[in-house]
Amino acid sequence: MPISAKNDPMNIVVCAKQIPDPAEPGALDPQTKTLKRDGKLILDESDMYGVEMALQLAEAAGGGEVTLVSMAPDNKVDGLRSGLAMGAAKAVLVSDPALAGTDALGTAKVLAAAIGKVEGAQLVLTATESSDGYTGTVPEQVAAILGMPSITFAKSIEVRDGTVYVKRQTDAGYDEVECPLPCVVSVTAGVVEPRYPSFKGIMAAKSKPLDQLTLADAGIDAGSVGWAGGGQEIVGIEEAPAREAGEIFEDDGSGVDKIVAYLENLKIV
Amino acid sequence: MTLSKIWVYAEATDGNVSNTTLELLTKARELASTVEAVFGGDGASVAATLGEYGATTVHATGDLGGVLQGVPVAAAIAAAVAGGAAPDAILFGTSYDGRDVAGRLSVALDRTVITNNVDLEEDGGALVCTEPVFGGATLVRTKFTGGGPNIVLVRPKSFAAEPAGGAPATVEALAVPDTGAAGAARVTNRFVEERSGPSLDDAAIVVSGGRGLGESDKFQMVEDLAKLLGAAPGASRAIVDAGWVPYSYQVGQTGKVVKPTVYIAAGISGATQHMVGMKGSKNIIAVNKDAEAPIFGVADLGIIGDVHKVLPKLIEALKARG
Ligand SMILES: Cc1cc2nc3c(=O)[nH]c(=O)nc-3n(C[C@H](O)[C@H](O)[C@H](O)COP(=O)(O)OP(=O)(O)OC[C@H]3O[C@@H](n4cnc5c(N)ncnc54)[C@H](O)[C@@H]3O)c2cc1C
Ligand SMILES: Cc1cc2nc3c(=O)[nH]c(=O)nc-3n(C[C@H](O)[C@H](O)[C@H](O)COP(=O)(O)OP(=O)(O)OC[C@H]3O[C@@H](n4cnc5c(N)ncnc54)[C@H](O)[C@@H]3O)c2cc1C
Repeated sequence: MPISAKNDPMNIVVCAKQIPDPAEPGALDPQTKTLKRDGKLILDESDMYGVEMALQLAEAAGGGEVTLVSMAPDNKVDGLRSGLAMGAAKAVLVSDPALAGTDALGTAKVLAAAIGKVEGAQLVLTATESSDGYTGTVPEQVAAILGMPSITFAKSIEVRDGTVYVKRQTDAGYDEVECPLPCVVSVTAGVVEPRYPSFKGIMAAKSKPLDQLTLADAGIDAGSVGWAGGGQEIVGIEEAPAREAGEIFEDDGSGVDKIVAYLENLKIV
Repeated sequence: MTLSKIWVYAEATDGNVSNTTLELLTKARELASTVEAVFGGDGASVAATLGEYGATTVHATGDLGGVLQGVPVAAAIAAAVAGGAAPDAILFGTSYDGRDVAGRLSVALDRTVITNNVDLEEDGGALVCTEPVFGGATLVRTKFTGGGPNIVLVRPKSFAAEPAGGAPATVEALAVPDTGAAGAARVTNRFVEERSGPSLDDAAIVVSGGRGLGESDKFQMVEDLAKLLGAAPGASRAIVDAGWVPYSYQVGQTGKVVKPTVYIAAGISGATQHMVGMKGSKNIIAVNKDAEAPIFGVADLGIIGDVHKVLPKLIEALKARG
């Protein structure tokens, strides 16, 4: 829980990725070798934590606007509407046919340009990694382009007197990390409990400002993103070797004996 | 043909070099004629181990005074590259700091990062990376097309770590340029969660529990079973997010990658994100009441049954054997 002394109102940007529903099986387009994204896009569950955290931090600070920033194909906005329904004030979407095939670095260039258009953003929140591409590099890349400090893997965030205090996940436990604002922070899943949008929230979201920008609007040269900007080429796609099928038994009370026998065979017991 | 030079980003806690670093050094020896390490800290503390695993030189920044690694280490590498020291590739482990440094560096050099790799090979002087997608069902091989240095993130436990018997690495100073406000994030305190028994990283046996345990208290069955087997307890993300166990227990895409001799999954469905963290285990035993659970697709021994019946009986049976 973000606990905070009364601060000045704080404007917060949340990077909100819109992705194909992870419940639907993914597929690579054999032609373009990228993830197929033709259906409806939803707000990445990982980013709901960032939206919720931003709303709580703004509230604790005594006000301030939460703005969503996203890059997605075909001017898709359904995921952004979900974030607006949770309570974000407005959204900026960059969509452009020239963005097809953009890598994580190109994505970060676009997001950074969009964040630059949000006035007075003190804190930029992202998830630690998206659910579909999960390179996990975008948060640092965005921070580097903006020339901002960053703290990744936050499992809690507090803001006091212009400084952000984060518990950062480590292998052994966590580190307490602090940094003056402005700062980029990536949040882990489960850091807060995302709220369900109310009916009122869903209705209000329909009329909240949603800026749609092309690459040119964002001030980005098309040559630095998309296929051209990538610097990588897929040279092979193959099925991974499957594990050999094992033995599956219905437990009729003898399941335990099967496990013990298996472990005995491996000389573990 | 081999690459001429690879750098490996080295990580260590109190002078103990991480396993992933040693795995990367071992693989780098196979790919390049010269292997060197980059370290954000005091090089003398790690030179012997890095040398033993094949690094001839460690480029070290010296103590960073608690500043998070990403900004200073990436700036130092970028400056060295601009100064003409560029290797063909720089390998990073997929870790908290590894991703930070790789991400920052990609902006400084304006180069893409190929992430989540489980294999690397050299083909006609270029580096080819293998990345599993869709939970490991499909393998995608990607080649760098731009100029070097190639920035590569590799998942832990992708390679076996084998010492090469090398002499301690020569420590060379890696200058950190002024990074201004960007380098302002600083660690003020470190907390270590207490945990007994073998660590998930090293355990020969792992017993993991999932949402099928029903409630938080029932995780005790997993702990008890782990203790009896000398195993490390693990968990699915569902019960980490629910607060039953700390994050350090999590196995999977956003948790630990484990490759024990035996992995026991109790009440875990086998979501693709869980499986990428344990599919490499030699033997997989699954207990799940749903015959259709995807975990049975990778299990060597599957018991379609109730964890509340099977686990207590198993604990009893093992106790009886003493
Ligand atoms: C299977 C697969 C493998 C890939 N491998 C690579 C690779 O090796 N290297 C590479 O450079 N690219 C790779 N890509 C492409 C990459 O996923 C896209 O460029 C993507 O736009 C950004 O990366 P990400 O989602 O992985 O970001 P991550 O770094 O995982 O995302 C972290 C957070 O940044 C924010 N964010 C990221 N993208 C957006 C967005 N579009 N809008 C709003 N917020 C966002 C979100 O908060 C997100 O949770 C891969 C894609 C796929 C599908
Ligand atoms: C970006 C991203 C990253 C992720 N990273 C990870 C990760 O690192 N690790 C991870 O684990 N997950 C990860 N996940 C989450 C993953 O998708 C699943 O949601 C999660 O693994 C499910 O955990 P579970 O198997 O415990 O729960 P469930 O999927 O709910 O499965 C519970 C299982 O228990 C069985 N069961 C119920 N009652 C009993 C009983 N009495 N006896 C026996 N069996 C019973 C059920 O049949 C079911 O199969 C990630 C998801 C995303 C989107």
